[in-house]
Amino acid sequence: MAAFIQFAIDTLSLGSLYALMALGLVIVYGILRLVNFAYGELIMVAGYTLFLLNGSPLPWLAMAAVAVLMAVLTGIATDYVAFRPVREKSVTAVLITSFAFSTLLQNAALLFISPRARLVPVPDIFSQSVHIGGVVTPLRNILTIVVALLLLAGFAVVMKRTVLGIALRAAASKFTMARMLGVPANLIITSAFAISGLLAGVVSLFWLGRIGSVVPGIGLEPLLVSFIATVIGGMRSLVGAVVGGFLLAAIVTGLNYTLPQNLLQFRDAFTFSLVILILLWRPEGLIRGPATGQRT
Amino acid sequence: MLEVRNLQVRYGAIRAVRDVSLTVRRGELVALLGANGAGKSSTLLAIAGALKPAAGTIRLEGEEVTALSPEQMVKRGIAMVPETRDVFPDLTVAENLQLGAFVRRRDRAEVDADRQALFDLFPILAERIDQPAGTLSGGEQQQLVIARAMMSRPKLLLLDEPSLGLAPAIVDKIFDMIVKLRATGVTILLVEQNAGKALRIADRAYVLSLGAIAAEGTADEIASASDLKAIYLGA
Repeated sequence: MAAFIQFAIDTLSLGSLYALMALGLVIVYGILRLVNFAYGELIMVAGYTLFLLNGSPLPWLAMAAVAVLMAVLTGIATDYVAFRPVREKSVTAVLITSFAFSTLLQNAALLFISPRARLVPVPDIFSQSVHIGGVVTPLRNILTIVVALLLLAGFAVVMKRTVLGIALRAAASKFTMARMLGVPANLIITSAFAISGLLAGVVSLFWLGRIGSVVPGIGLEPLLVSFIATVIGGMRSLVGAVVGGFLLAAIVTGLNYTLPQNLLQFRDAFTFSLVILILLWRPEGLIRGPATGQRT
Repeated sequence: MLEVRNLQVRYGAIRAVRDVSLTVRRGELVALLGANGAGKSSTLLAIAGALKPAAGTIRLEGEEVTALSPEQMVKRGIAMVPETRDVFPDLTVAENLQLGAFVRRRDRAEVDADRQALFDLFPILAERIDQPAGTLSGGEQQQLVIARAMMSRPKLLLLDEPSLGLAPAIVDKIFDMIVKLRATGVTILLVEQNAGKALRIADRAYVLSLGAIAAEGTADEIASASDLKAIYLGA
């Protein structure tokens, strides 16, 4: 029983981060049909913001808010720098510009800060532990789950109940038609990037809270993870991204628990094999996205 | 109200619209007829801002609006109902209608009143209000896209082949609704392959052939023109 509770908490807390990250990738992909390869750098930017604020008199929550804001602004900047100028030209161009923007940000961090890991401030509450059903677990994990659930609920309300949310869903289905109803393309795309920045920013707080430091290449793993989660989930479905995130976390945690010590270093190989099996079974991903329209 | 001069639309090397000039006056219902591939839809999409014209000018109420974006066209009072009958299938009927009123989303009370008025005209939509639009029948979807376009309170409604793929009885119903809409004062430019039906409700008509205007006149003149069939076939 204790083992099960431990497994559940580990899966849910890791899955929360994966799900939020995947959602941020899909909200842009769903509308533009383009993967934002500079997405992982949002985590990096939030991380270095925390590092630079380290030692300032601000309370941690204020630093966290600034870090999330920086991630949102960087998300919007991605749109303006890498996407908007070439969006209507070709898919290949955007692929290259988003890689370029990612490289640019990483190299800026290498050049102006350091190639070595830098400590980020972590609140005391992250290092406390709690007892749940006979299991000792870091309070950070519980906080991750709670914050993720609140954020997912808020996200669902925005998408269901607000005009912006409805317009985002419509644009993900038939972008040109949405524009012919007066929904401004730029507003929709910038909003999608801003939401994606918000999600990545919040994830970064917990992601960095686990590690305690930031390096220029920190964005690669979250980008990869969210990409895999969205592929499992169905690439264009918001629900699918969340399901994919939790499923991927369950696989990773399950392997952590069951693989013998000498095989654990090959965990990712096992993870990807399972992902391949899922995709052989459901090549379109688990959940179908909205009915398609054309690209812009 | 709408004045199109020497419009040209290209898809790469192909000229879908070679030379189209047409005028729509306030309160008129003008039909744009022609065979498949004559350039009717491309003309309409160019007016709606969804296709950039290669040449020519489009004026709306005397103001040049050539090559504005679709969202700017909506703000200036043009609403488009494309032939692809583009409902947002995963959104409910209510959400589809709400998006139709996107440009005037701040006047909630008026939007609600307009929605109510449209329900009188399209009662089936009131019944289906919380259903995903993708679950509606073809005729119901057609009513939804027309009602959705009307939610922006357009001055000019562009209708592209509202009869496409619908059973004859449903087509008659849709045409009745177009007549009723017209009575509310909206100006309509109607693209149709079904010339007979379109001419019965239109004031004037243009006939397109191979991307250019081949004939124009009042609906009666066009209906009685003996060479209409020949024009249709591109002769």
